[in-house]
Order: sequence, then structure tokens, then C-alpha cells
Amino acid sequence: MSTMDGNLRELYQEVIFDHNRKPRNFHDMPEADHQADGHNPLCGDQLTVFLRIEDGRIAEVSFVGHGCAISTASASLMTEAVKGKTVEEVEALFKDFHAMLTDTPPDRDFGKLAVLGGVREFPARVKCATLAWHTLHNALIGEHDPARTE
Amino acid sequence: MNAPAAAAHAALAPAGLQLAGDFPILSRTVHGKRLVYLDNGATTQKPDAVIEAERNFYRDSNANIHRGVHWLSQHATDLYEDARKTVQRFINADKADEIVFTRGTTEAINLVAQSWGRTTLQPGDEILVTTLEHHSNIVPWQLLCEQTGAVLKVAPISDAGELELEAFEALLGPRTRLVAITHVSNALGTVNPVARLVEQAHAAGAIVLVDGAQAVAHQAVDVQALGCDFYAFSGHKLYGPTGIGALYGRFELLQAMPPWHGGGDMIRTVSFERSTYADAPQRFEAGTPNIAGVVGLAAAIDYVSGVGMANIAAYEHALLGHATAALQTVPGLRLIGTAADKAAILSFVIDGIHPHDLGTILDAEGVAIRAGHHCAMPLMTRFGIPGTARASLGIYNDEADIAALVAAIDKAQYMFGTRQTR
Repeated sequence: MSTMDGNLRELYQEVIFDHNRKPRNFHDMPEADHQADGHNPLCGDQLTVFLRIEDGRIAEVSFVGHGCAISTASASLMTEAVKGKTVEEVEALFKDFHAMLTDTPPDRDFGKLAVLGGVREFPARVKCATLAWHTLHNALIGEHDPARTE
Repeated sequence: MNAPAAAAHAALAPAGLQLAGDFPILSRTVHGKRLVYLDNGATTQKPDAVIEAERNFYRDSNANIHRGVHWLSQHATDLYEDARKTVQRFINADKADEIVFTRGTTEAINLVAQSWGRTTLQPGDEILVTTLEHHSNIVPWQLLCEQTGAVLKVAPISDAGELELEAFEALLGPRTRLVAITHVSNALGTVNPVARLVEQAHAAGAIVLVDGAQAVAHQAVDVQALGCDFYAFSGHKLYGPTGIGALYGRFELLQAMPPWHGGGDMIRTVSFERSTYADAPQRFEAGTPNIAGVVGLAAAIDYVSGVGMANIAAYEHALLGHATAALQTVPGLRLIGTAADKAAILSFVIDGIHPHDLGTILDAEGVAIRAGHHCAMPLMTRFGIPGTARASLGIYNDEADIAALVAAIDKAQYMFGTRQTR
């Protein structure tokens, strides 16, 4: 097996396919108190992230939109990972997650998010994996312009 | 010919032009696999003849042009002006002075918009484009509309990706001043019936700019036969260097247009009270141009002319037929753009696999394609899709490349589980 075949298998793990086929928390949320749009004009990937925050914690999170397998699975895994966390914990997790994809992976347990670590070997796809997170960040800070990764 | 016989005929692989050996990059590997380069619509690879021409220019002939009294400057000027004649002959312009060197198609279109357009258009005047256009044949006109109060009109296309000719004609009106149309669609491969469209536009009193970026590498272009007023193309999509292209303009039009960029080389006299400008085409070539690029462009034109544009058109037509038949055997694959008259471009979507995922998996097999909106977002919107995968063919591609493409798609479908058997 060539290095590239290995990298490709790391990128497209079964968990990614599963979350791409059946994204979790994939619905809109009329009762959301925070939301933001994300768009990657180069790919056409587009999503909206919805949040309901209670006492500084993410009580509910969901998303709708369309994109490639990496972008859809990343959004789905993100919603599972951030539910119940405080806003500060989420922002810290985003920072570490971003570092895992682009820089030295921080020493922490990423849980299921670790399956996205394979994106490191595909710089052109980092924007796919981070679009949902940038959008979540914008929802948290109340940014009204769409988040963009390009 | 009955239908199965026609399909069998289309599926017959044409003999290649056997040109891959002229292109050094094609002997390299990517991820340990033979490079199968099917992204010629984005840019083409360069033959040794072009690489050597640029190198030799810097080694033997480099000097600035149009100003030196020394021998080397005259030599470089001769090479530069000979290249203008090469371009003139290549597209059959009436005069070499009708050829303006630009950075590429985009700059050529912006030149016409800003020089001709800003001094000509009045509020309420209309510019007619088509849904097929690349962003570079949309945005310069939008900027011009903002500057002048002109209005952009868009002629629609059919589900096959063909211009709707009756709607086009109906959109030509007394206020239409300019029609800006692509010769060949970069995203779908549709070839527009340019000569007919030009005739209709002229009858309505409009002039016509043709975006030839995707056309010149695939078929012989004769600007006089087309009858167009402007024709723009890039060197790098024609096996030539990046950063160089040309604008053809009818001489009377060019000569009546004001300068766009000011600087050296485009003036007759300069004083602080008033400057006067050189005639076309020098008027539009301010500053030291991309001389080596011009020399490389001429080498590329000599190269494809040596192969023969008629041979290239015939071969690519056969290869396109073969590739179309091969892709139609792939389950869940839908071709986007099925015009009767098409150049060497295959745009497609596959059930359950996003074009970017497909692009990544094909890349791992050494197969380079483009995935996305191909700088034609309004066109993607027309088809209700975010983007497509696009394989665009060149003169060095052959049936082995098409087989590699189909095999890599098969692998992607197997990985994604959208296909159970191999």
C-alpha cells in the first residue's frame, strides 16, 4: 500500500462515511438563540449552525446545509462534541482542533474528533473540515456576516 | 448507423497524437502514480519547444524593446513584433496592429470594458452576456455597469447547456451596445455558434467580444470569418506560458479607443501640460511587457500549428466521443452539458460523492481533474448544483488516460460504498 493510499484511508475512515450519510443533529432550530451561516465559495459548501445556550453552556446545537463528505462529517461530529460544553470550553476545543489539522497536534483527547486528524495530509481539504467550526465561532460571538473558508 | 452501432463507433478509442513525449512534465509521477493530467481547461502543460523558447530568450536575446539603439534591443524588438505577426496569422486577423498583448483573457476583457466601455456606454445602454460565461466575462461588465449606468442582460441556456438562440435574439434590442459571449464554455464544453450570433448582434447595431480562452487550443479560429469585433485568449491554455495573452480588436475600434493604462511605451509625447498617445496596439501596452512570455506564446502557436489545428480538432473530437461513451457506462454518473457541438470538456456529477471528495480520491490515483464551480457560479446555479467534477482534455491525452479516469471513479464509488461490486 502506498503512502497515499494509507493517507486516503486515514482521511476517509468509516466514521466519516457514517456521519456523511447520516449527519447527526441535522435539522434547523426555530428556538435557537444563536445562529450563523458559513460558506466556502470555492467549493460551494454552505451551512447554518444553530445554538441554544443556557447558563453559558451549549444546551442544543444543530446544523443544516450541504457540502463534501469531510465538511458534512466534520459539522456532524462537531455538534456531538460541543453539546453540554461551556462557551469557553468550545472556543478552546476549536483552537486545539484547528491546531490538530494544521500545526502540532496538542496533547489532548479529541474523542471522536480524532478521526478528522487525517485531514492534516490534505492541506487543500483543511477548509472543508473547519468551515463548521468557523461558523460555530461566529454564532457564539454574534457575527452576522457568513463565515468563510477559502 | 443504428443506435448500438453508433455507440460502438463512439466507444472505439482513437489513435493518439503521440505528443506526450514533447511534454517533460508528463513523465513525472504523482503519489507514485503516472500523472494523468485532465485539467487542461485550467491550464495546459508546456512542450519543450515553449520551455526552451523562454529559456533561450533570456540566454541569448534579452533586452528591453522599442527603445534601445543597441543591437540586442533591436533583436528583442524583432522577436516581439514577429510574435505579434504569429498571433495575427494564427487567428487570421487582417493586420498585426490588431493584436494587443495582455496578461491573458481576463486583462483583455477588462481592457475593452474600461477603454471602449467607459467612453462609449450611456445610462440605460445594455450589455448582453450568456449564462455560460466564466466570471471573467461577467464581472468586468458588472463593474462597467456600475461605472456607466449600463445594464447587464443575460441570455439563457437549455438543459443541455446550449444557448437558447431565440431568447438571445429577442434580448438584442435598440439599447444593446455590446454582446460578450464565450466561444467555448469552460465548464460545459459547449461551442457557441459565434458567427451566427455576431451576425444577429451586428444587425441590432451591437459590437461583439468573444472570450476565446477555451477555444483556441481546440479548433482553428478565424476572427474575420467569425466577424467578431474583439477576441480574447490566453497563452497558458494553449500550451504556452502563464501571464501572457492577446486581445484582437478591429483596428478602427482600437484606434478610436483611449488608453487604459498610462506609462512608458504607450505615448507619443509627454509634457506636464498634455501627453499624446501612440497608435494601437502600442497605446494599450504601457510599461515593459512580458517579452519572454510573448516569445513563449509564439513558440506555442508554432507548436500547435505544426501539429495542425485541424488534426487537433479531429483527434479531440474523437477522444471526447470515446470519453463520453466511457463515462456513460459509470453507474450514477450524470454528464452536465450535453450540447450537440462540444469541445474537449466533460463535466459531471456522481450520485452520493461530492466533486471535492472525488477530486481527492482521483488525485491519489494520479488523475488530476478540477472540482468546483469552475468560475461559473451562475451556470452552476442554473443547473441547481454547487459544482461539478470536470475532466478537460488536451492534445497529449489518450485512451489510457480515459481508462485511468474511469478506474479511479470506480475506486471512489467503491470507497464511498455507492457501488457494491467491482
